[in-house]
Amino acid sequence: MARRRTASAPRAGQGSWWAGLPGIAYLIALVLAPLVIIVIFSFLSRAKLGVGVKWEFTIQPYVELFYSESLSGERSFDPTYLQIFFNSVLYSLITALVCLALSIPIALWIATRPPKWRTLLVFLVTIPFWTSLLIRTYAFVIILNDNGPINGALTGLGILAEPLPMLYTPFATIVGLVYSFLPFMILPIYASAERFDFRLAEAAYDLGATKAKVLRRIVLPAVRPGIIAGLILVFIPALGSYLAPELLGGGKTSMIANVIAAQFGASRNWPFGAALSVMVLVLVMVALVIFAVVARRSSRRGANQSLESLL
Amino acid sequence: MRTPRGTGTSLKNFPLFGPIAAVVFAFLYIPLVFVVGYSFNSNRVVTVWKGFSLEWYADVLTNDDIQRAVMNSLRVASISTVLSVLFATGLAIGLLRMARAGRTFAWSLIMAPLVIPEIVFAIGTLALFVQIRFPLGVDAITLAHTAFCIPFALLPIRARLRTVDLSIYEAAADLGANEWTIFRRITLPLLAPGIVAGALLAFIISLDDFIVSYFLAGAGGTTLPVYIFGMIRNAITPGVNALSTLLLLVSVVIVTISYIIARRKR
Amino acid sequence: MAATEGLALSIRGVSKVFPTPEGGEVRALDDVSLEVADGSFMVLLGPSGCGKTTLLRCIAGLEAPDSGQIDLKGTRIDDVPVWKRRVNTVFQSYALFPHMTVAQNIAFGLQMDKLPKDEVARKVDQSLALVRLSDLGGRRPHQLSGGQQQRVALARALAKEPEVLLLDEPLSALDLKLRRGMQLELKRLQQETHITFILVTHDQDEAMSMGDEVAVFNEGRIVQVGAPRDVYLRPRTSFVADFIGEANLLALIPGAAGAEVAGWGAIPADAWASDSPAADASRSVAAVRPEDVVISADPQGRFPIVDATFIGGDLHAVVQVGEATISARQPAASAAGLTTGGRCELTFRPGSVRIVDA
Repeated sequence: MARRRTASAPRAGQGSWWAGLPGIAYLIALVLAPLVIIVIFSFLSRAKLGVGVKWEFTIQPYVELFYSESLSGERSFDPTYLQIFFNSVLYSLITALVCLALSIPIALWIATRPPKWRTLLVFLVTIPFWTSLLIRTYAFVIILNDNGPINGALTGLGILAEPLPMLYTPFATIVGLVYSFLPFMILPIYASAERFDFRLAEAAYDLGATKAKVLRRIVLPAVRPGIIAGLILVFIPALGSYLAPELLGGGKTSMIANVIAAQFGASRNWPFGAALSVMVLVLVMVALVIFAVVARRSSRRGANQSLESLL
Repeated sequence: MRTPRGTGTSLKNFPLFGPIAAVVFAFLYIPLVFVVGYSFNSNRVVTVWKGFSLEWYADVLTNDDIQRAVMNSLRVASISTVLSVLFATGLAIGLLRMARAGRTFAWSLIMAPLVIPEIVFAIGTLALFVQIRFPLGVDAITLAHTAFCIPFALLPIRARLRTVDLSIYEAAADLGANEWTIFRRITLPLLAPGIVAGALLAFIISLDDFIVSYFLAGAGGTTLPVYIFGMIRNAITPGVNALSTLLLLVSVVIVTISYIIARRKR
Repeated sequence: MAATEGLALSIRGVSKVFPTPEGGEVRALDDVSLEVADGSFMVLLGPSGCGKTTLLRCIAGLEAPDSGQIDLKGTRIDDVPVWKRRVNTVFQSYALFPHMTVAQNIAFGLQMDKLPKDEVARKVDQSLALVRLSDLGGRRPHQLSGGQQQRVALARALAKEPEVLLLDEPLSALDLKLRRGMQLELKRLQQETHITFILVTHDQDEAMSMGDEVAVFNEGRIVQVGAPRDVYLRPRTSFVADFIGEANLLALIPGAAGAEVAGWGAIPADAWASDSPAADASRSVAAVRPEDVVISADPQGRFPIVDATFIGGDLHAVVQVGEATISARQPAASAAGLTTGGRCELTFRPGSVRIVDA
C-alpha cells in the first residue's frame, strides 16, 4: 500500500491557504452580510418612524415599484420608477458607447507609441481615476454653469446671445458619467492593443488592404476582448452612479441611485430602498450575464487584466 | 519579455487617431485645471474671474469644521489602510494555495465591491450597522472602507507575488528556514514594494470616498469629501476649489509615488 | 572502490505518483532503488519527464515519496522536514534571493544554523573564495552574469557543508562555452570539498564527462547504473544504448549459423562483444555503434547508400539493409567513393555487437 506522509512539506515556504481566512471572514461580514441584509429588508415592512424596518414579511416594496396608492387607497399602475430604471440603463448605455468611441483611437494611439512612452501615457490616463470622483464631478458644475467658461466663451465671442443652459440636463449627467468612467474603457482596450502583434497589420497591408480595412478587419477584432471588458467596466458602475445625476442632472434626471438614496434619507422608506437596490443588483447580474455570453471567457480575463494594468 | 516590433511606425498610425488622442487627454485634464485655476479667484462667484488671490486657502485652512473633517478623513484612511493591507497580504498568499472552489469564492468576495454599485454597498452597510446597533460615525466608515480597500491593496501585492520564482521559497527551506522564517526573511521583503504600493492606493481610495462615508457619517463622522459635498450643495465659492485642489494634490502625489514603487525592479 | 568507504545515501523502493490535471496519474518514480557512495559524483541521466528531478526533490525533502525509504549516512530522512535535512540543493533557476546581496544569500543558510556572526562571516568569505567570487560579495544577484549567479548558488549550498549536494540541471541555462568551463569547475569543487554530489542532467556528454557513476532513468525507473565508460561500452537495454551515444538497433532472426540480421546474414562470431549475452528468443535485439560499422565502396555491393554526408571530418552514411537502415560513421580519409545513391559492402568491427534488452 502506498502510504502518504505529510511530515516533509511539499512546496515548502509558499504559505498556506489559511492566510486568507481573516480576509475572507472580514469580507463575509462587511460585503456579503450587507447584501444579504438588503435582500431581507426588501421583504419587510416600513418602520413607524421610517428609520429601519418592521419585521413583518411583505412584498409591498416590490409592488411599489409598479403601482402607486392614492390617498383613498386605490392602487394604480405608475411607471415613474420603471421610467427611472429605463433612463438609468439608457444613460449608462450612451455613456459606454461614447467612451468606446473616444477610447479606441486613444488606446490604439498609445499602443503604437514607443514602449518607453506607453508607460507614461497609460499613467496619465489613470491619474484622473485616482482623484476624488466628487471633485471630478464638481469640475463639470463649474464648466457647464451658465456663467461657466464654455458659456462665457460662446457669449463672449458673440456666438450666442444668451447662455445655453447645460447644467441640470441629461446632457450634463452623461458628460459627467463619461468623464467619470473613461479610463475604464481606455485601459482594457489598450491592454488588448498592446498585446496585438502589428506584424499582422503589416501582413494585411502587404496583401493589399487599406488602412480602413486593416483597422476594421484586423485590429478591431484583435482588441475585441478589451472592448467587451471596457463596456462592462463602464456600464456597470455608470448604472449605479449617484454623484453625476445628483450634482449635474439636478432634480430632473434622477437615476436609480438617487431614488435609493432618497429612500434612506428624506423619504424614509428603507424596505422600498432595499427593493430598488435588489433590482439594481439584478440588473447588474443581467448585464454581466449578457456580456459573459457575448464574450464567453475571453473578456473576463480581459477585465481582470485591465484591472491589474490599472494598478 | 517584450520584443521590439520594428521601428517604422508610419504604417501603424491611423489617420486622426493622434488628434483624437490629444483631445481626449485634454478632456481628461482640462476640468481639473479649471478646479485648480478658480481656487485662486478672489471673487466669491467661482466662475467669474476677478483677480488672483490665496485668501480661499487661508480661509479653508483656518476653518475649524474643515480641520475636524480632515482629521476624520485621515483617521479613517490610515486605519482602513492598515487593516486592508493586513487582510490583503494574507489573501494574496492564501489565494495561491487555495483549492479552485475556494479561490473562486474568495476572488468573488474580494472583487464584489468593485462590481456592486457603491450606493448599494453603502446602504447595505448602513442597514447592517443599524440592525446590529453599531453606532454610525468614523468607526463605522473605517470598517466599511476597509472592505472596499482590500481589492485595491490586493492587486499590487498579488502582482508582486506572482513575479517571485517559486523555487526561491524552496531554496530558503532547503537552506534550513522553516515556514515562519521564510515568511519573515523572504516573502515579506520581496512583497514589500507591492505592500507599500497597495497601501498608498488603499489610502487614497479611502481618502477620496464620498458615498459610503456620506451614508455612514452619522452626526460626528463628517469626512472631507462629505464636507465638500455639503459646501457644493449650499453655496459654491472658490473655497470649494481650494479644498478640492488640496485633495487633488494629495491624490496625485500619492498615486505617483505608488506607481514609481510598484514599477521599480520588476 | 568508493563503495567500501560507506554509503552517503541509500534509496530503497521509492515511488511517487502525481495526479495529472486531466484526472489521471503519472508514475514519476516507480520503485526506485539507488546507492550513492560517500564522496562520489553521481549523475542521474535521462530524458525530460523521466523522474530524475522528482528523485532529487524527494532526497531534498521538497517532495514526499508515496512509499519507500531514503537513508542519509545510515539515518532515515524521508520523514524529516526539508529545512532539517543535511542536504542542500543548487536549483535549476539558481533561486537566488533577489533582495539580498551575494554575501547575504550565502549567509542565509548559515544564519539558519544559528552560527555565531564571525563564524558566518568567515564561512561566507571562504565560500566566495571557493567559487572565485571574492570581489562580488556586495552585489545583488541581478547585477551578475548567468555564470556568476550559478557560482553564487553553488557557494550558498556548499557553505552549509551538506552531506550531499544536489544539483538540478545546474548548467542548462548557460551557453555552451560557459557550460564546459563550469563542468570542470564543478568537478574541481567536488574533488576539493569531498562532498557527495548528485547531479541531474539530460545531457549525456555532461553525464559522461563528470560522473563517477551514472544512473540512467527512463519512465520513472533506473535502467542501468555504472561507471560512465561501462554504461557506454556495455549498455544493458536498447534505451541505454540509444540514449548514451548513438546505436543501431538490429532486429535478429534465428538462422542456421546463429542469429541473423535480415538482409545481411549471420553475425560472425568475432563481431560479438566477448561479454555479450547470448541471443535467444527473448533477446533478439543487438546494438552496434555507427563508428563500429565499416562500409566500403563497391559498385557491385549488396547495399544501396541512402544518404552520405560529411560532417566535420567524418562521413555519416545511412545504408539500406533489407527493410531497415544502418548508420555508419567513419573518417573521411577512408570514405573514398562513398556517395549518396552508390552501393557498398558493410561489416561490423570485431567485438562490437552486443545483445540488449528491448
